[in-house]
Amino acid sequence: MLSVEGLSVRFTDRFGAAMAVEDVSLSVERGEIHGLVGESGAGKSTIGAAIMGLLPAAGQVAAGRMTLGETDLRTLSPVAAHRLRGKRISMIFQDPQTSLNPLMTVEAQLIETILAHEEMTVEAARRRAIDLLEEIGIANAPARIRAYPHQFSGGMRQRVVIALALCSNPELIIADEPTTALDVAVQAQVLDLIRRLAKTRGVGFILITHDIGVIAQVSDRVTVLRDGRVMEQGPTPRVLGQPDHPYTKALMAAVPPLDRRLERFRLPRVPGEKMAQVEADKAREAEDWLMEETGSGPALDLSGITVRFRGERRGLFGPREDFTALDDVSLSVRAGTVMGLVGESGSGKSTLAKVIAALVQPAAGEMRLDGVALPPMRARRRADPSRRLVQMVFQDPYSSLNSRHRVLDVLSEPLWLYGLEPDAGRRDRLAHAMLALVGLPVAAADRYPHQFSGGQRQRIAVARALLSRPGLLLCDEPTSALDVSIQAQILNLLKDMQARFGLTTLFISHNLAVVRQMSDDIAVLKDGRLVETGRSEAFFAAPDATYSRDLLAQTPCTGQQF
Amino acid sequence: MVAYTAKRLIQSVFVMVAVAFLAFSLFAFVGDPVAQMTGVETSPEDRARLREELGLNDPVVVQFTRFTGDLLRGDFGYSFRTREPIGEMILSRLPATLELGTVALLISLVVGIPAGIYTALRPRGAISQSMLIGTLIGVSIPTFVIGILLIFLFGVKLGWLPTYGRGGTVEIGWWRSSLFTAQGWRSLILPAVTLGLFQLTLTMRLVRAQMMEVMRTDHIRFAIARGVPWRSIRYRHALSNTMIPVITIIGLQFGGVIAFSIVTESVFQWPGMGLLFLESIRFVDIPVMSVYLVVIAFFFVLINLAVDLLYVAIDPRLRVRESA
Amino acid sequence: MLARLMRIEGVWLFARSPAAILAAIATVTIVAGAALAPWIAPTNPYDLASFSLIDGLLPPAWENGGRPRFLLGTDDQGRDMLSAILYGARLSLSIAAMAMTVALLLGVGLGLAAGYLGGRFDAIVMRIADVQLALPAILTALLIDGISRGLLPRAVHDDLRIAVITLAIALSLWVNFARTARASTFVERNKDYVQAAIMMGQHPLRIMLRHILPNIVGPLLVIATVDLASAILLEATLSFLGVGLPADSPSLGTLIRIGMQYLLSGEWWILWIPTVFLVVLVVAINLLGDFLRDLFNPGMR
Repeated sequence: MLSVEGLSVRFTDRFGAAMAVEDVSLSVERGEIHGLVGESGAGKSTIGAAIMGLLPAAGQVAAGRMTLGETDLRTLSPVAAHRLRGKRISMIFQDPQTSLNPLMTVEAQLIETILAHEEMTVEAARRRAIDLLEEIGIANAPARIRAYPHQFSGGMRQRVVIALALCSNPELIIADEPTTALDVAVQAQVLDLIRRLAKTRGVGFILITHDIGVIAQVSDRVTVLRDGRVMEQGPTPRVLGQPDHPYTKALMAAVPPLDRRLERFRLPRVPGEKMAQVEADKAREAEDWLMEETGSGPALDLSGITVRFRGERRGLFGPREDFTALDDVSLSVRAGTVMGLVGESGSGKSTLAKVIAALVQPAAGEMRLDGVALPPMRARRRADPSRRLVQMVFQDPYSSLNSRHRVLDVLSEPLWLYGLEPDAGRRDRLAHAMLALVGLPVAAADRYPHQFSGGQRQRIAVARALLSRPGLLLCDEPTSALDVSIQAQILNLLKDMQARFGLTTLFISHNLAVVRQMSDDIAVLKDGRLVETGRSEAFFAAPDATYSRDLLAQTPCTGQQF
Repeated sequence: MVAYTAKRLIQSVFVMVAVAFLAFSLFAFVGDPVAQMTGVETSPEDRARLREELGLNDPVVVQFTRFTGDLLRGDFGYSFRTREPIGEMILSRLPATLELGTVALLISLVVGIPAGIYTALRPRGAISQSMLIGTLIGVSIPTFVIGILLIFLFGVKLGWLPTYGRGGTVEIGWWRSSLFTAQGWRSLILPAVTLGLFQLTLTMRLVRAQMMEVMRTDHIRFAIARGVPWRSIRYRHALSNTMIPVITIIGLQFGGVIAFSIVTESVFQWPGMGLLFLESIRFVDIPVMSVYLVVIAFFFVLINLAVDLLYVAIDPRLRVRESA
Repeated sequence: MLARLMRIEGVWLFARSPAAILAAIATVTIVAGAALAPWIAPTNPYDLASFSLIDGLLPPAWENGGRPRFLLGTDDQGRDMLSAILYGARLSLSIAAMAMTVALLLGVGLGLAAGYLGGRFDAIVMRIADVQLALPAILTALLIDGISRGLLPRAVHDDLRIAVITLAIALSLWVNFARTARASTFVERNKDYVQAAIMMGQHPLRIMLRHILPNIVGPLLVIATVDLASAILLEATLSFLGVGLPADSPSLGTLIRIGMQYLLSGEWWILWIPTVFLVVLVVAINLLGDFLRDLFNPGMR
């Protein structure tokens, strides 16, 4: 039905022209789900935009043929192209929060879209809209259709988005990361829905995603992209099960398995990839410095931690609707081990890390480090010894480093702040050495954070944390903003550092497979309450709580099943 | 929604009380009222008696309460300069300023909003570019220079329009209006255009910036991707989302209109409140200054409150509570 | 060297924008002319002995009856227009720059602290800003002038005129800085690098000045440019209304007010030359402000 042959897209900027997509061919049949997978910069969204005829101004199709049925998509006039959009090809965007017009009811948006493409009465359009919402799994559709987008939850909103893409009965839907902003449970439902729609309605889907788990779960065929080129293409079981191309192999090796724990990710080299030159003697210097303090990190004990956030008043004199983010959470991290903390968004897992880091004030509860009371936010003085002992690696490496400070300044800050090294020259030497230890070239010290990729920035963040000689490391989703191959590298780095320096670690993630690779113990949070804690391997073998079992079942498994 | 409105209301009251206090401090601490009211020949005893009678020896809190009470009852006191009651002075000047300000604001909206939309939708067109350069010059020319230019062009060179005063007015009750005679409108055109031009450029640039931002949002891109007609994308989806922030700023602009009417009134000798205020500054007529302050702040707060309520009408997120 | 410079985005965009280049040239020329006025102006317009009524109302040099000695003509007192304009621009610019600096320090200080500390301090600062917003710039400036007239004896008031005007303009402009600084600080404060600094136990002043401030200079720079233009306009307007600077030390606005008397007579240069000069200066500064705004909001390009 859709056929793309030799597609190349060129982007022109002030440094000249660059190919974002080069010589890509693919086809989608009716009822088929075709996955486009690749890491950031692979050009997968650009292919989608090129098919839609919605490339940004700087981009243009340089070569290739794109046909939908008998229609040549490249030769369409702008008017004809716009008429085709919605009617024959539609699109689903990543974030359901922002994809709907907040000022119009769902009904108005649906009816408008239907009437834009078909001659029918408003009443008939409304009926079709309601039927569609019901089909898509929105309860009480005749009433709910009159609601505004903000009155739906995230998952329901993504269903509304899918209904909008479907309502004019297109042949092809391009879904650009449709489940990336959703929790696993909702993701599983939305993916099921896409599967079902492909089957029952015969709609073809192009599913753009970075997540190989999603591809494994729903797509019939898959195209693996890298730097705008096709690496490998074929039926999903074949490509993921017996990959041919070294890049696909490396990609599959980097995906954390859910069914077993790896000591280290074994990442094969991809031809053409540069390896950073690591200066071993420099790294040794940093290692020796960290080793000066012997023994493992402290044990962390939390008991009865409760956090409430002040809510809005309901009405003028009504009571505040306080929101309880954490409800009586008690847990212990054994000295020198890794505790994995999992939960969906809003479960309070990041809040817990912030309570330990003195960034959020708990309403109740006690914290102890090796038996010594750890004061909460308001009581923790700036000079408190725990300030140095507790360090954190944040989720977003683009915001966790001050973009106006040189890497050297970022790294030497803990050294003088905690009075670890009085001599400025020695501070610089140590900062350089630490860069070598985390696998970055020493010359990186003189550059600014924006000159590094996400993975490199996360390495800098780890180096900063290590330079205060911490005992307890809080890792708040440290890899969720990273590509899967980079994630594997960072996980390897964290494993190395943790093992070598005996850091007590609280490792937070929404991704069970990632947590399994890292943790000795595990704790599951749901809606601010602790659902289950226990040894990691026992947990993954047989979780106790129903919620944990559901969570485990809904997490897409990858690769291994083929 | 109730909470939102109540919060706005409380904030408005706070602003008014603060302005009233400012006006009161002006009145009480700047320039001695007794010295203003008496001559050189008054004896110290008489002065002391006058102080006592005027309540100037009471604690500040009592004086402020009395001042506010007087304001609320519409008793604005007397001008030092003319000895007339200030309430009447302001009331006789109010219609002139309000008519001028409203017409100017209308000009700025009626021209500024469509121009902003046009330049946002065709950002690279030659017309848009020249309009943008035009507005840049517009914000850079002081209002009084615009006034002088218009007087020079239409009053002196071409002789089409009168250059000072209100021309023909009609009295409706105490309201003296220039909106009901041709002569009145002819006199109104130049000052209103002068005053409106500056606001117009601001409105246009604001609408343009907001609209361009909205056109890049996901929900507009989604509407394009599902083939919603362009007309609806632009004027139904994008425009309504553009207007939410724009309305707030337009509310704030009304303050600017009132303030710059001081300049316009001075250039065109327009007998409004601004001219009265300028005269009172020149003669250090403190009571008139402080009442003017309160009146202006009152209008400003009133308009912004209206804008906030309008907001509730437009934005369902404020009107309808979330429910899953 | 040039090639490397062009890799910096700002430089590259600047080199491709004729409007920005022209504006920069105009601004630099006028500012330099104003700064160097005592050395390059043909006469000293404050020195009563340097001009005489005999030279009064001479047209510019290129007009009939103009003299090369008075390039832009003379006013009714026989004062050289070029010198008066250069000195006037000097006065206007220094008042505007001083007022802008005061507003910047006050506004950024309060805004930064309000955004960082939040809570009650933030509420108080923002309510004060609300009140200030209810009293538009020109009204504030006029009021302060009025108050100072009431409080100060006439002679003192005349001496302090420049200070009063500067203060009046500064007070009417600080809100802009404060609101922008507060909003940007608020965004930065929730970013992880600031959270990391707080967690580490760094001093709040260090966090505000060394961590947050460098990250919010972009929008503040835009405001500073635009506000410099408004300060010049405000000063000119006040002087035009006759509450600004007196005729014996004329700023650009005062020159225009004096020129108004010649609106209907033939001596156009007395009014229009300072007017054009003022407009060109403000247009140029606003153009630069626009350029900076586009630079910091890449989406608008």
